[in-house]
Amino acid sequence: MLAAVGNAFLAFLAAVGRLAEFAGKALSHCFRPPFYFRQLGRQMIDIGFYSLPVVGLTTAFSGMVMALQSYTGFSRFSAEGAVATVVVISITRELAPVLAGLMVAGRIGASMAAEIGTMRVTEQIDALTTLSTNPFKYLVVPRIISGLIMLPLLVLVGDVIGIFGGYVVGVYKLGFNPGSYLQSTFDYLEFMDVFSGLVKAAAFGFIISLMGCYHGYNSKRGAQGVGIATTNAVVSASILILIFNYIITELFFSV
Amino acid sequence: MSKKSTPKIELKNVKKAFGKNKVLQGVDLDVAKGESMVIIGGSGSGKSVTLKCILGLIQPDSGSILVDSQEITKMSSKQKEKINSKFGMLFQGGALFDSLTVWENISFGLRATSNINKDDAYSLAVDKLKAVGLKDHVAKLFPSELSGGMQKRVALARAIAAEPEIIFFDEPTTGLDPIMADVINDLIVKCVKDLGATAVSITHDMASVRKIADKVAMIYDGKIIWNGTIKKMENSGNQYVDQFIHGRATGPIEMVA
Repeated sequence: MLAAVGNAFLAFLAAVGRLAEFAGKALSHCFRPPFYFRQLGRQMIDIGFYSLPVVGLTTAFSGMVMALQSYTGFSRFSAEGAVATVVVISITRELAPVLAGLMVAGRIGASMAAEIGTMRVTEQIDALTTLSTNPFKYLVVPRIISGLIMLPLLVLVGDVIGIFGGYVVGVYKLGFNPGSYLQSTFDYLEFMDVFSGLVKAAAFGFIISLMGCYHGYNSKRGAQGVGIATTNAVVSASILILIFNYIITELFFSV
Repeated sequence: MSKKSTPKIELKNVKKAFGKNKVLQGVDLDVAKGESMVIIGGSGSGKSVTLKCILGLIQPDSGSILVDSQEITKMSSKQKEKINSKFGMLFQGGALFDSLTVWENISFGLRATSNINKDDAYSLAVDKLKAVGLKDHVAKLFPSELSGGMQKRVALARAIAAEPEIIFFDEPTTGLDPIMADVINDLIVKCVKDLGATAVSITHDMASVRKIADKVAMIYDGKIIWNGTIKKMENSGNQYVDQFIHGRATGPIEMVA
């Protein structure tokens, strides 16, 4: 029993070590040429542009439901006026980065793991090496950088759409005055609200790309191996997003 | 073995284990410059691992591997990249990049190492396509649009595109019909001869061995148990080799099915 727990713990530490080594290697290659700008562009479009509909829908409905729910709560002690403020703060600080992160983890993390995993299984990664191309620089670095840059941009767009979703429900369903709703949206909004959300987004983007690449890169043989890699990439990215969401919130809490 | 000149590739007591599975248990092998060495052996005997050790894709646990008298097992990744430019490799499944067109695949290695412009790369790719018997309209297709035999040819074109000094072939005829297999074998012989390259192949297709080999080495249980010229192979006097080249189910080699 004790031995089993110990072995599991050692296996966990070994896995963390391998992941840390992978992450360190990926980051160090980010700063050393050659750079593959075409790959970077392709990934940026894939992560940024093609995730827009998913992120837009997610944040729009989150903003809408936040307006409804906070109205339900605040009307119990006649504080309906705080709805706009609550919507904007919860969207920028929490809902947009976390929900966008989880949606993109499903969309992008899975496709990265599947693509790189298939390349591993069909020896395309070995082929890169024999063709004088470092697979880390060619495959991993563009994805990591794209994740780091595109997730904050996505979340910024998501912030706007989410606030707009809350506005639509607030004005057309709950009967707020449009001018005063917008007024209270921006009156209490602080720079840190948006900024902390964007820092989270960058961290989540890194996590999604790292997990997609790591699990794909270490994919086991066969279709089953790629399937497992894909699942692991999405699950581990989602869990890490939730954990780091707390850690980053805590770091910003005192600021 | 007589030592006339330094071999192009030299493996000394190379060992590699994956967990408890000792795949290579001391492989010794010399490949002379310009010769075509074929390593034969059953599935799981360590052929592929040997090849990947020479290519630097797998780091052996111990032993030494010399390419042009340079120890490659202790090289930095920078030096390894340099050595890699001497190598060309034809992978078993082709390993063509499916997101790139045929011509981009073929010119990939050259564009990675030199500042060749797009037009030159394209015309070079078309030349290489012709060398493997394909027409130039193939250049703009994607690998998924090609038949298995055509993919093999394109992969061969990619392997020889950078005019490597050493070419590796990993089961070049697996998955092809006998006629296409023979076509590929002929192409391999022709390409290696045209380049004057050293070739190391692994296969268990005896028709292929008899066609492309100058020398044959048989690997069994993680060790080279016999090596010699292709002529000597038929009368090697080695029971293991005899059983393998004639494809007998009974003999000293036991297959775990």
